[in-house]
Amino acid sequence: MTEQLRDAATAGGDVRLTGIGKTYGDFTAVHPLDLTVPQGSFFALLGASGCGKTTTLRMIAGLEEPTTGTVVIGGQDVTVLPPYRRPVNTVFQSYALFPHLDIFENVAFGLRRRGKKDVKKQVEEMLDLVELGPMARRKPHQLSGGQQQRVAVARALINHPQVLLLDEPLGALDLKLRRQMQLELKRIQTEVGITFVHVTHDQEEAMTMADTIAVMNGGRVEQLGAPAELYENPATTFVANFLGQSNLIPAEVTGRSGDDLLLSAAGVRLTVPRSRCATEATRIHLGVRPEKITIAHASATVPEGRNRISGTVADSSFIGVSTQYVVRSESGQEIAVFEQNMERDGRIAPGAPVVLHWNPAHSFGLDASQAIDAGTGEETA
Amino acid sequence: MTTHTEAAPPQVIPLPDAPRKRRKLTAYWLLLPGIAWLVVFFAVPMVYQASTSLQTGSLEQGFKLTWHFATYWDALNEYKWHFVRSFAYAAVATVLCLAIGYPLAYTIAFKANRRWRNVILILVIAPFFTSFLIRTLAWKTILSDGGPVVSTLNSLHLLSLTDAVGLTSGHRVLATPLAVVCGLTYNFLPFMILPLYTSLERIDPRLHEAAGDLYARPFTTFRKVTFPISLPGVVAGTLLTFIPASGDYINAQLLGSPSEQMVGNGIQKQFLNVLDYPTAAALSFILMALILGMVTVYMRKAGTEELV
Repeated sequence: MTEQLRDAATAGGDVRLTGIGKTYGDFTAVHPLDLTVPQGSFFALLGASGCGKTTTLRMIAGLEEPTTGTVVIGGQDVTVLPPYRRPVNTVFQSYALFPHLDIFENVAFGLRRRGKKDVKKQVEEMLDLVELGPMARRKPHQLSGGQQQRVAVARALINHPQVLLLDEPLGALDLKLRRQMQLELKRIQTEVGITFVHVTHDQEEAMTMADTIAVMNGGRVEQLGAPAELYENPATTFVANFLGQSNLIPAEVTGRSGDDLLLSAAGVRLTVPRSRCATEATRIHLGVRPEKITIAHASATVPEGRNRISGTVADSSFIGVSTQYVVRSESGQEIAVFEQNMERDGRIAPGAPVVLHWNPAHSFGLDASQAIDAGTGEETA
Repeated sequence: MTTHTEAAPPQVIPLPDAPRKRRKLTAYWLLLPGIAWLVVFFAVPMVYQASTSLQTGSLEQGFKLTWHFATYWDALNEYKWHFVRSFAYAAVATVLCLAIGYPLAYTIAFKANRRWRNVILILVIAPFFTSFLIRTLAWKTILSDGGPVVSTLNSLHLLSLTDAVGLTSGHRVLATPLAVVCGLTYNFLPFMILPLYTSLERIDPRLHEAAGDLYARPFTTFRKVTFPISLPGVVAGTLLTFIPASGDYINAQLLGSPSEQMVGNGIQKQFLNVLDYPTAAALSFILMALILGMVTVYMRKAGTEELV
């Protein structure tokens, strides 16, 4: 089975979206965008609900007709083809399993429509791949959520699509099962080598599974890249806040020193490498991830060449592997800090004066014309 | 005695007997009005009719229970063509209702937006605002010999066609099987549409998308997904149409001639005109038994228990 799927995968090609856009009356769901999903990759479309990610996926599947642009799959223009003639299969949100058919017939559905032979053998092999062999004669409603999810994957994969589309496939599962299924899906994808396009609003899910993530916001792709790349070098405040957590400190560029930009944040002098500043503007948001910051008692000595801010601990919460602090700087800015719990009793009590310091190369600069709270989920829209 | 740290076993506090009993009885209290109604208006009349059907005598001399089973045989013999017509007309009307109702229910469920959906549903039940009798009388006017329907059909030479197959006769519609079937179809159509609509409306539109995604063309999607899932609605609709239609007598009375009479007309005549109560009661029981038999076979075939 795996080999057959591999053959199908190598026969396929890239998914190429060119200027594809969708409008409903006055509302633009997806602004015309170009996107290439390389063959064999695990590609995630990440964004909050209503950002256009599902619409984009449905345009690839043929379930939604694009207002502009073209969809090319493996060199074939499929823009005007109906879903049943496209070399893609979809794993639907909430699975859309056929309630009147048993698991075997659900999985066999695509093969039967195309008049394939040895349906029985293929379905049994596929059910073994997703470890559901003994459930073949059950009805979907007799299965648990995780099992239904695997049936949905099997039902799509058995057709050897060039591209497998996944529309929030894990949304209905509880957290633990979701983590398990993420690894499972990743394993299947590595095993069969088919291009996966995965839509999700869960940034952790996207980062765990995908090779490439396109972060979408308001019908546009904000940034596209490998998970680590997006995390370390967010290009916009939305990406910085939506993917993980960021401290964004308003600052002004006051000068240059070698490859570094000199900054002033409410009087505190900070630096950021010029290569890590995405803008030429003089007013920027200096970003730094909470886990990159070291927290120390105010009396501690800070090594040379590190950005430092002093403040007092406003809040601390112990969450097992780490302790999360909220530190209020002297200028009143709240800064989150995650400290690994490596030493016992290292916890700093709220109210204590502290100094925060971090390597300037771990910070990034973003244009201050963007909303500082974009993507936090609390933005004043 | 040393101190022991084990937790005491959880104590099961039994409910006092009286409240528990009362709680159990609640279900029966709730059933009481329904059961009372059923006993007074269904069970008692049934027993009474059953006994009537086995009596002999006349209205003047009084009826006596003589266990005269021959009445059943005689009634069946006398009215066998009435039975045949009843079931044939009801079957044709049911098929027509399905043919008209399914596309309509499908449209309401999947194609109409919320506002239109309500408008169409109201239109479906709107005829119920008028009495059954009035509506059927209106059909008498609609299908009358000089009326627009007949003259249109005549000018299209369609009535020659229906005349040839025996649906109509003499280039007229009224007082023919066609008129009776039309009336039955019209009167029982909502009973077909509503259960169909409820079963279709429950279908997740994503199932259609999933079928399309899995290489099913629209018609295949209908055949393999939509229709099988809507089967409970089809079964309910056909039963709700066929059962009352086969016992109906108004349509045959108003739209048919004596040669279109159905069992219902026979029962009515025996009860109200001939005053031969045993025969009328026997006819009712034969009709009931035949319908029950057919419904049982049908339900077995349709295998509704297999469906969700």
